[in-house]
Amino acid sequence: MNENQAAGAGPADATQGRRWVGWVAVWILFAAVAAIALVTGKYAISPQDIARVILARLTGTASGVPATVETVVWNVRLPRVLCGLVAGAALSAAGAVYQGLFRNPLVSPDILGVSAGASLGAVLGIFLSLPVIAIQGLSFAGGLAAVALVYAIGALARGRDPTLVLVLAGIAVGALLGSCISLLKVLADPYNQLPAITFWLLGSLASVSRGDFLSVLPAMVLGLVPMVLLRWRMNLMTLEDEEARALGVETARTRLVLIAASTLMTSAAVSISGIIGWIGLLIPHIARALVGPDFSKLLPASLILGGCYLTLMDTLARSASVEIPLGILTAAVGAPFFLWLLLMRSRRGWN
Amino acid sequence: MLKATDLSFGYSKARPIGHGVNFSVSAGEVFCLLGPNGCGKTTLFKTLLGLIPILDGRLELDGHPVAGISRRSFARRVAYVPQANTAYFPFSVFDVVLMGRASRIGAFESPSRSDREIATAKLEELGILHLANRAYTEISGGERQMTLIARALAQQPALIVMDEPTASLDFGNQARVLNQITALAGTGLAVVLSTHEPGYAFSCADTVALMSKGTVLATGAPDTVLTSASLGSLYGVEVAIARLDATGQGICVPVLARRGPVKPI
Repeated sequence: MNENQAAGAGPADATQGRRWVGWVAVWILFAAVAAIALVTGKYAISPQDIARVILARLTGTASGVPATVETVVWNVRLPRVLCGLVAGAALSAAGAVYQGLFRNPLVSPDILGVSAGASLGAVLGIFLSLPVIAIQGLSFAGGLAAVALVYAIGALARGRDPTLVLVLAGIAVGALLGSCISLLKVLADPYNQLPAITFWLLGSLASVSRGDFLSVLPAMVLGLVPMVLLRWRMNLMTLEDEEARALGVETARTRLVLIAASTLMTSAAVSISGIIGWIGLLIPHIARALVGPDFSKLLPASLILGGCYLTLMDTLARSASVEIPLGILTAAVGAPFFLWLLLMRSRRGWN
Repeated sequence: MLKATDLSFGYSKARPIGHGVNFSVSAGEVFCLLGPNGCGKTTLFKTLLGLIPILDGRLELDGHPVAGISRRSFARRVAYVPQANTAYFPFSVFDVVLMGRASRIGAFESPSRSDREIATAKLEELGILHLANRAYTEISGGERQMTLIARALAQQPALIVMDEPTASLDFGNQARVLNQITALAGTGLAVVLSTHEPGYAFSCADTVALMSKGTVLATGAPDTVLTSASLGSLYGVEVAIARLDATGQGICVPVLARRGPVKPI
């Protein structure tokens, strides 16, 4: 860094060279992960055939590969990889927003009860033996409703630190919803419903379809747009509330928009994948270490790394002889990695 | 520019923290607020910044009630330099200063080239351009204070409010910050600051206000307001005031009890 300064480069451009290399590396990683995930599977398919199917489907021509291969690629593997990329990206982006908003690097997207609300919705759906689409819908609605409730409580309790009130309300509402989930688990049929509930609560992409991907896409885009538009404002939201307001930011309005956007993306991801922990906590850390805290770089880095991480974990999960629920893998890999990060980083602050 | 008339402030009307506050600050003036801990300085500052609503009386910026001014327009006129003690994420010093441009950039926009040039210019003005790429979390307290002043200047305000700008700074950095305040006032900027060092008011302030239990006891030029009697009753200790022979600079120290026999130096 000192060399750059001595060379007389402007402060803004000093680290440009290093960043450029970083971005190329991130995109190569993304392409590699997507390719590995598409090629890996119980049913062996050559990379050429996969490329042929996707190309043919996109251009509307005949692919010339066996129908079974085409079905596996187009209806099973591609949706699963796309869902993994989108869910991982969404959870990580939401995590990056929440960590900034709550000025706490140990915050994850479920801090305001979105996961608890989504879980209760889905568990209720399974308990009532509703069809899959209704379970997903209930989970989506449950996540949104939980955060809306927490936000309403936060607005009623006019404390001096609005973010602290939100976090505390989130913990309490989350615990309340958690008790409802436990009650439903006790009441559920232990042979059919309970395994389904448990599997859902541990997270899995095993049953996602092309329809799932397409149905959550609008929510994902709708959530991402404000994040992209407010990417520089987001930096100011990491300051103390009064400091940000003194700088001219309408913090209450901006916070509401960003929380709504993050909740929308998290709920959409959870509704198709179940509860997958650790991504929203871990990935923003790694992204911050790579590109720094500036949200205009942190957001794309979190999106790409999050998508890659979840897809990679999912590929691992379905490569095992018995499919492992995703939540188990992300926690088993994420937690030790996070601890390592903690020990490495604690010496020079959260980076 | 900023004018308070019979101002009551605090968090609840039933128990206001302060009341009956009158003062005005005009361009190029340094207004220094003195008072013991808990006298309501910080709450008054938050009120002046429009961060908490006034309870009674009037508070006007350029003749308009502060309550009716948007955060954005207010921040273009008035900047705030908080005490430099919180930092959560390792933004670079340059990025922190750039944040001062928020009120001049649309909500969906990012800083333009000219915003970056202004931030660079302010860093240069304060002599901390060499810190531009350092992480705000890793620099010293004095450097953080200077960074926050640069951020306030990047707002291009007409008035700067500083909450104890010399608190937790070492001796040299206190002097540097005070000299900077005097220099800024010289450019026509109005400065409102609070300090726990009454003596500093002699060198940097045009007007001093003594505050106790939420009311202003006296307002005026340092030489008339700062007496050993007034400061003695304000802080509840004996205070000695003197002038340095060499420069005529006023100094102000508490008279301390001594321990044991005095050895000749």
